[in-house]
Amino acid sequence: MVYRTYLKGMKEGIPVGLGYFVVSITIGIAAKQANLTPAQATVMSLTNLTSAGQFASFAVIAAGAPYLEMVISQVVINLRYCLMSCALSQKVDPKLPFYHRLFMSFGITDEIFGLSISQKGRLDPWYSYGAMSVAIPGWTLGTLVGILSTSVLPQKFLSAMNMALYGMFIAIFMPAARENKILLPIIALSMGLSAVFHGLPWFGFISSGMKIIILTLVISMGAAILFPVSEEGSGEQV
Amino acid sequence: MRNYGYILVMAVTTYLIRVIPMTLLRKEIKNRTFRSFLTYVPYVTLSVMTFPAIIQVTDSLWISWVGFLTAMVLAYHRVSLLVVSLGCCGFVFLLQLL
Repeated sequence: MVYRTYLKGMKEGIPVGLGYFVVSITIGIAAKQANLTPAQATVMSLTNLTSAGQFASFAVIAAGAPYLEMVISQVVINLRYCLMSCALSQKVDPKLPFYHRLFMSFGITDEIFGLSISQKGRLDPWYSYGAMSVAIPGWTLGTLVGILSTSVLPQKFLSAMNMALYGMFIAIFMPAARENKILLPIIALSMGLSAVFHGLPWFGFISSGMKIIILTLVISMGAAILFPVSEEGSGEQV
Repeated sequence: MRNYGYILVMAVTTYLIRVIPMTLLRKEIKNRTFRSFLTYVPYVTLSVMTFPAIIQVTDSLWISWVGFLTAMVLAYHRVSLLVVSLGCCGFVFLLQLL
């Protein structure tokens, strides 16, 4: 029974693993630009498993910023995993042993969460393990291939791959804007303020990572106060 | 070596974000404003990270804009993540070859 659930997770995790492999090639390319070694980039992908978080970390690393800035930026950018973890904690058997919770938590990403939360009834941890055992190697190997390929690939190809990374971000936040009409103006406002914040010279003393943190906290807080989410439509599907 | 310090710090931070609710939380969060805040954070932070950075990806301003708008339109129409990602990337690559 455990074995079958695990296999089901693996099978449904294959598209995720393939997608991760392709997308993490762009992470490997970005890592190279931040002067990471192939070993460092690979270890980072294996231990972090977060596209936006890893991408944001390159700015912090390249700037040689203090560790505290890394902590704050990861907390803010990966706060959505906290929300997903809350949702998953309601989805598993309340008596699920502690060690299963420890292992499952490591694999909370947008896609694995999406697969796990859409299972019927209680979530069996072995389903998530199946998906993780395909997705994590895909993510890690893609990063390695990406950073090793930077020296042989032409510049035009590399900049197009950077585009793929942002395309992935857009593919995460845009579909939900269709269901929740208030999201579209919030996304537009976020982009607009971000452009202003990055363009105006007198914010030059704030690092790029810090700008993302400040804007995220201020806009999300304002939106939460002005447009609280209705109880049934809370954003667990993020 | 300092790079491994950064990697360790971010790995521990990210894991704690994932593991704390899963292990400690047995009841649902009730505070509506806090729930709303958590709901909005991913959209805002990804939007802020994407723009205006996406415009500076290629050497040509207009190619970047075309790539950006392509991704926005495809994603709004719920095309899958892989297709959006590869679609705008391939399109931009072809435009650069012109």
